[in-house]
Amino acid sequence: MSVDADTVRKIAHLARIKLPEERVEPMKSELNNILGWVEQLGEVDTSGVEPTTAVIANSLRWREDEITDGDVQEKVLANAPKPMHGFFAVPKVIE
Amino acid sequence: MTDYRIQGETGEWEVVIGLEVHAQVTTNAKLFSGAATAFGSEPNSQVSLVDAAMPGMLPVINGEAVRQAVRTGVALNCEIHKWSRFDRKNYFYADLPQGYQISQFAHPIVGEGEIIVDPVDADPATIGIERIHLEQDAGKSIHDQSPEFSLVDLNRSGVALMEIVSKPDMRSPAEAGAYVRKLRSILRYVGSCDGNMDQGSMRADVNVSVRRPGGELGTRTECKNVNSVRFVEAVIEYEAQRQVEVLEAGGEIKQETRQFDPAQMITRPLRSKEEAHDYRYFPDPDLLPLIFDDAYIEACRATLPELPDTKRTRYVEQLEISPYNAAVLTAEQETAAYFELLLNETALKQRKEARAVGKAAANWVISDLFGALNGLGKSITESPISPSQGAELLALVADGTLSGRLAKDVFAIMLETGDDPAKIVEERGMKQVSDTGAIEAEIAKVLEANADKVAQYRGGKDKLFGFFVGQTMKATKGQANPQVVNELLRKALGG
Repeated sequence: MSVDADTVRKIAHLARIKLPEERVEPMKSELNNILGWVEQLGEVDTSGVEPTTAVIANSLRWREDEITDGDVQEKVLANAPKPMHGFFAVPKVIE
Repeated sequence: MTDYRIQGETGEWEVVIGLEVHAQVTTNAKLFSGAATAFGSEPNSQVSLVDAAMPGMLPVINGEAVRQAVRTGVALNCEIHKWSRFDRKNYFYADLPQGYQISQFAHPIVGEGEIIVDPVDADPATIGIERIHLEQDAGKSIHDQSPEFSLVDLNRSGVALMEIVSKPDMRSPAEAGAYVRKLRSILRYVGSCDGNMDQGSMRADVNVSVRRPGGELGTRTECKNVNSVRFVEAVIEYEAQRQVEVLEAGGEIKQETRQFDPAQMITRPLRSKEEAHDYRYFPDPDLLPLIFDDAYIEACRATLPELPDTKRTRYVEQLEISPYNAAVLTAEQETAAYFELLLNETALKQRKEARAVGKAAANWVISDLFGALNGLGKSITESPISPSQGAELLALVADGTLSGRLAKDVFAIMLETGDDPAKIVEERGMKQVSDTGAIEAEIAKVLEANADKVAQYRGGKDKLFGFFVGQTMKATKGQANPQVVNELLRKALGG
């Protein structure tokens, strides 16, 4: 598996990462190096091995259905570039 | 199966519908944080640093959301997956601070099942459930408060949702409407979602395509966030018609997301699917697999109440209530609860089997009580007449204290005053008179005052009998037992 320049541009756009045109080719070879490296894992025979879903043999810890958090509007908005009447104000998003 | 068809210029078209219903799980805290879920609070006041996606925050699952999803799955006759997993669904939007929604893509907690729905004026239909998965809700963006900015409130961000995905088994707006109503009814019985569509606790994504009857599936469109049964039906009617027109004009249906405009009752394109829907799902590395055993599922099953279908069958078979009335009484859990209290009290007061009073109790709830509540604009939980008062009224009719007519008058006074029927009867002297002596005396007076009519009646004008009944009832202020009046009048006039 490998990616071409268009795929690199698309992934960058989906991740909202600005990628100058001169970085596309270098990024493409970096990504393809990684993909090639990961592909080597496919050479191992894993028939009869359970798929790994987590690296620790444990299951999810559950919390009680209790309100233990929230009510920290100031903290939540502290880093907002533009808080407004308790909201985050963001550039107009028109659907 | 209903035979709903769109009549096009080139022939008939069949509509194929699938629904994704997002139901907010009834929990105090969010799916992965301890922040509250209550509706209508100050903006951003119910947001933890986890919900705001601050760096380093880790999600911890709310056990109650798991329990409610399992109970819902069991209630919908679904396969329950003892091993499931959370994935990240990546997309970019201002009200999604994480940049991804934690959802279940490859391994949902609940698998296939089915429910039976009852469309108005059509046969019941079995609709398949594809899956139910748990996921986070996003925040809310408000676009109309400022000319330059959109305002974001994260109170909903991270609230637990169940996405209930149907199979594309529905074939008409009525079936889809019945499906949403049935689903809502079951969720409310189970208590896993309050079903409050106008507050957004339940909303549907409506997938519609058209094809030649029984032919190959057409390309579908998806209409997002439709928040009432009526709108779900309107979306389908509009979309089916629109798609048929496009196809018959030689065009093609684009697979796209559309938005419903309730003001104009039309749908319009929202965004193109190809790019925005490249979600790049992958297993969420912050969360381990969700695992439970059979004993847990059985414990969930044990807490389920009697569900509407079972209840309805029981009403028909054990109480001899008509299928229609049984469906009305069981559609909402509150109605069924009221009816069952009324039924128990009625049976107790009249020392009869529930079966012997079921029909009368059902009729009273559906015609008298519902009529009155509609007039007052009240729900059954706000009824000014308690089940026990209703049972008392029915008992007064059953033992002959009240005639049907007097019972209606007493009922009207009960609605107004909230008084017990026995008290009303006592204080206002509204008892039905069955005492033959008293009624005979009134009849004698009536006949005397209308000697001419008596002569006409005896001369063969049978129709006048009703006149004498009316006069006697009037003379007894409507309290005479109509049956006794009839009997005594026949005797008096026959002589």
